[in-house]
Amino acid sequence: MTLSVESLGLAYGDRTVLRDVSFTLERGTFLSVLGPNGAGKTTLFRCILGILPGYTGRVLADGTDIRDLSRRQMARRIAYIPQIHRPTFGYTVLDTVLMGAAHQIGTFSRPGREQIACARAAMDRLGIGGMAERNFARLSGGEQQLVLVARAIAQQADILVMDEPTSALDYGNQLRVLEQVRALADEGYAVLLSTHDPQHALRFADRLLAICDGGTAALGRPEDVLTAELIRRLYAVEVDFAETAAGRVMVPRLPGNG
Amino acid sequence: MTGGDGKTGTGRRAVGRLWAMASLLLALGLGSFVLGRYDVPLVQVVRILWNGTAGRIAPGLALEQTWTDSMAVAVLNVRLPRILLASLVGCCLAAAGTGFQSVFQNPMAAPDILGASAGACFGAALSILLGLGRAWTVAGAFLFSLVTVALVYLVGSRTRGSRAVNLILAGVMVSSLFSAGTSYIKLVADPANQLPAITYWLMGSLSGARMSDVRFAAIPAVLGLAPMLLLRWRINMLSLEEDEARTMGVNVGRLRFAVVLCATFLTAGSVAVSGMIGWVGLVVPHLCRKLVGSDSRYLLPGSMLFGAAFLLLVDNASRNLLATEIPIGILTAFVGAPFFLLLMTGKEASL
Repeated sequence: MTLSVESLGLAYGDRTVLRDVSFTLERGTFLSVLGPNGAGKTTLFRCILGILPGYTGRVLADGTDIRDLSRRQMARRIAYIPQIHRPTFGYTVLDTVLMGAAHQIGTFSRPGREQIACARAAMDRLGIGGMAERNFARLSGGEQQLVLVARAIAQQADILVMDEPTSALDYGNQLRVLEQVRALADEGYAVLLSTHDPQHALRFADRLLAICDGGTAALGRPEDVLTAELIRRLYAVEVDFAETAAGRVMVPRLPGNG
Repeated sequence: MTGGDGKTGTGRRAVGRLWAMASLLLALGLGSFVLGRYDVPLVQVVRILWNGTAGRIAPGLALEQTWTDSMAVAVLNVRLPRILLASLVGCCLAAAGTGFQSVFQNPMAAPDILGASAGACFGAALSILLGLGRAWTVAGAFLFSLVTVALVYLVGSRTRGSRAVNLILAGVMVSSLFSAGTSYIKLVADPANQLPAITYWLMGSLSGARMSDVRFAAIPAVLGLAPMLLLRWRINMLSLEEDEARTMGVNVGRLRFAVVLCATFLTAGSVAVSGMIGWVGLVVPHLCRKLVGSDSRYLLPGSMLFGAAFLLLVDNASRNLLATEIPIGILTAFVGAPFFLLLMTGKEASL
């Protein structure tokens, strides 16, 4: 077991944001989180990352309650891959990836050969080794997202948490990033990734967690739980599924052709 | 300068440029001793300096005197403190500017963004009004500078919303409060002697620099520069969002506070001995970004060297360009304002 969430709940005053969410995430597993805007996906992630205190229930990383872990200990276990945002000052790709090593070195010291070698290996792993000296701010969105994935790899944590990493990317870049993430899960990383595209969950994920109104709407293998009924409940739209040679595809039913 | 830690290609290039800047500063510093109304040849400058330092520590090493006594006075008592002070103030202001730009992730942040200068002006004006003497002018400027920033930090961190924006707004507010105070002091000051003294101080000048000023400015300089240099890699982490940095094991709030504290010490110490010298803290970090990149590992030492050289150069112009000395604060503005314009109209991507 790597990450275990036990009946997680959170309320702001009267308003319940999360209620009784439980799941476990093993090494080598890609868990995709689906849910409409405002369902509580980001809140769930913030609890797991230790950013939001005040929740009920427990989050265990390798069996240890994350409330008992220091910032540095957390960073050693769980790496967060945020959506890309444009930095004010341009750092090189290598410097950006190196920041992942911050928890491994003392407050007053600088990354050494070991950290640089690790950062370079992470970049090579994602096929961006040739960009080391380029300015991060001038890369394409897809490239930037891959750099942030490399940064998380350089952080050397086993659990990767990604909050909608594909929402700012074009179609091709979405698939390229997700392919890399799938490969990382196959290598043994535990991946928790939220997305707005159910097709992504169907195509890449091992397991699916659907969240609606702060509660669990479905949890299981995507091909089992991703049904027309679930999509109706989450997004209030009608869809059909079709089996193709490449797997199951989901097609929206538009009012005109219904 | 970066010791034995691993270097990247850009890092090696940056280190080379840092050494070039250091050499330039050294040459400029030595050259500055020759400039001035009283003519002292470079050879004599070197010999006088040697006797004034090594010769004083180990009398056996002292050279035979080949210069006049007034040459020694000009070099050791007049030019040496001034050159040291110009370098020190330039170095501190540029480092403070670099620190504030990192904290606020804003290329327009300058050392006086949190009101350090406005507070110092008020403190100095108050001391002059009360007729407390030169030492108290410096001390008053320093203390009020710290008080102002503390006040800004207190106000800024108690409001809701974005921390950085609140701090900047609080800085604007508290600054204008102290500026109003300074104006009032100027109004009630004795127009025969106090008002000119205040006005001259506000313009910023290094004339009449003494070794005691250098010693006074050196203390906050060391207190501010040492921790910042030690943190110079970690300062890069300020470019991350707070939550993001937290998941990477870094306490951004604490880091930000440490850098603000250091930068405030540097600003307060500099403004206290030299008055208002604007633009250095804004212009120098920008030029340095173009030379060594945004990585604070190289940007911070680079800004320090460049700032020292820049202010030394401007101070040389300030004391030699015209028969009467031009206050250095005016000259830095002459250089700084056009640069600011260039920055605003130029390509943003070049940062």
